[in-house]
Amino acid sequence: MAVIQNLYQKHLQRKKSNDFTPFVKKSQRSFWGNVILFLFLILMGVVFFFPVIYMVSQSLKPMNEMFIFPPRIIVSNPTMDNYRDFVNVLANTVVPVTRSLFNSLFVVVVGSVGHIVIASLCAYPLAKYKFPGSAFCNQLIVYSLMFNATVTMIPNFLTIAGLGMLDTQWAIIIPGFASTLGLYLMKNFMEQIPDSLMEAAQIDGAGYVRIHFTIVMPVVKPALVTAFILVFQAFWTNTGDKFIYTEANKGFAYVVQQLASGRISGVGSSYAGISSASAVIMFAVPLVVFLIMQNNVVSTMATSGMKE
Amino acid sequence: MAKAKYQISMKRRVQLILRDMKRSIPLYIMIAPFMILFAVFVVYPVLKAVWYSFTDYNVLEAANFVALGNYRKLFLDDSIFITAIKNTFIIAVIVGPGGYILSYLLAWMINELPHTIGTVLTVIFYAPSMAGSAVITVFAQIFSNDSNGYLNAALRNLGITQEAILWLSDEKYVIVVVILASLWMSMGVGFLSFVAGIKGVDEAQYEAGAIDGIRNRWQELWYVTLPNMKPQLLFGAVMTITSSLSVGSVGDSLVGFPSPNYASHTIVNHLNDYGSIRMEMGYASAIAVILFLIMIIANMLIQKLLRKVGT
Repeated sequence: MAVIQNLYQKHLQRKKSNDFTPFVKKSQRSFWGNVILFLFLILMGVVFFFPVIYMVSQSLKPMNEMFIFPPRIIVSNPTMDNYRDFVNVLANTVVPVTRSLFNSLFVVVVGSVGHIVIASLCAYPLAKYKFPGSAFCNQLIVYSLMFNATVTMIPNFLTIAGLGMLDTQWAIIIPGFASTLGLYLMKNFMEQIPDSLMEAAQIDGAGYVRIHFTIVMPVVKPALVTAFILVFQAFWTNTGDKFIYTEANKGFAYVVQQLASGRISGVGSSYAGISSASAVIMFAVPLVVFLIMQNNVVSTMATSGMKE
Repeated sequence: MAKAKYQISMKRRVQLILRDMKRSIPLYIMIAPFMILFAVFVVYPVLKAVWYSFTDYNVLEAANFVALGNYRKLFLDDSIFITAIKNTFIIAVIVGPGGYILSYLLAWMINELPHTIGTVLTVIFYAPSMAGSAVITVFAQIFSNDSNGYLNAALRNLGITQEAILWLSDEKYVIVVVILASLWMSMGVGFLSFVAGIKGVDEAQYEAGAIDGIRNRWQELWYVTLPNMKPQLLFGAVMTITSSLSVGSVGDSLVGFPSPNYASHTIVNHLNDYGSIRMEMGYASAIAVILFLIMIIANMLIQKLLRKVGT
């Protein structure tokens, strides 16, 4: 009680000393501090965004500007020709591009949603409960992130072949479910949820699965969104050429990769424009998803009042 | 004798564990789908690769057991591998802590700004990692050997250098270029988790901190924000360790493979050389196992360090 009184006294003092800020939410922010932070961030932003600006400007250049050295960032005659060529070439591929787009869509949607459900179901018990084997599983997951994938490729290929999944989309989706990155991320965020929240739900008679979907998932929304972006990107850029041989089963990323390397559109300088346009398009899709998702991440924990 | 009172017999211990397991059946069911897939597609291949590291497996022929032959060859007969270890450490020591601190600071600064500007900036910083290999071409232009390349021209205009520096071919500079490009692309997963983690810190904690006499945002960062983000800090550290010790493909596409006189040859470059070019899987697996051990040790050290944050 004494502590609370003490805090309240301090609060009153503060109130008296500065009438304009009756209740200070955060510590004082100096104006110049804000300005310096903002300028620094702008500077860093320009540095970090430069490669992307370059990529976009390159894709808007007509052929005669593309090979000027050193490359210019400002395009004097911006044109959409590269994008038009890109679409034209795609429209004339042997396997209709709608087919490969559908393949990609299937892999990305089933893979991302499935991964989030399966991995979050596993992350919650590992983060919040101790049971025989939980510590072992936790260690295993951390260390699995550290093993280089080059040498596990061949055993993986043999397993997938043995399960009869070769040349189907499942050869990409099912191993993608087992990616530990998203799981580890979600687990780390779930550790921060106060125990009392779950105990209260348990007393009210909710089972683990119910607690997971109604309490844990909403609270760790920022982590879910981040994990979703990561897994979305992984599936979207997966070319799958190790596992899928039939052209009709291949995804959009593979077609674009072939296009960009000149295997479909012909060789020489003629594909340089298409190649730069395709780089922007492949990059734009996850970027849009990222923007939509990221803008929805408001401070859920604080606003929902569910934190201790 | 007093001690014996607390000792539990083996039988009792098994009983207790079984009782715990029985109670946790719903939890086991929840983790089962992921853990089964994890065992099949992650744990099993890793174990298989560890086994390969003791053989001369070359993908085409059956593997012959050679005991520690691969490891002996790596450390005693392969001078390039020793160079690779040295380079990897040089790169990791700079890119690891540099990228980690930078991505934390940027994430924190972003949180100081209004929500929409913050979101845009998050995207901007994450963009190079998201575009992946597509942006490496721009680094090749910046660090071009040509005297009119961006960096060379800028240095000449400033009067710092007279002649063009061969950034991508000179043994002295190759590793510097790889380090800079890696730092550029280090705002990855760890950065995203920092951004999300800072948003998750309870507002009430800041209020309490302000009342308790925290004067400025730097104090707030050290005494409130950092201690509240331990899980994310840990996650970021694991990500940084894995990414900074596996720098390799950036060098491949910038300075070529192999790099001039192996000046920026890393462990991962060496691994890819044997694993996907020469197809000596046994030898490549041995390299992977050593890299794995290095990462585990680094992880243990970092975890010890992180326990001291905010105290």
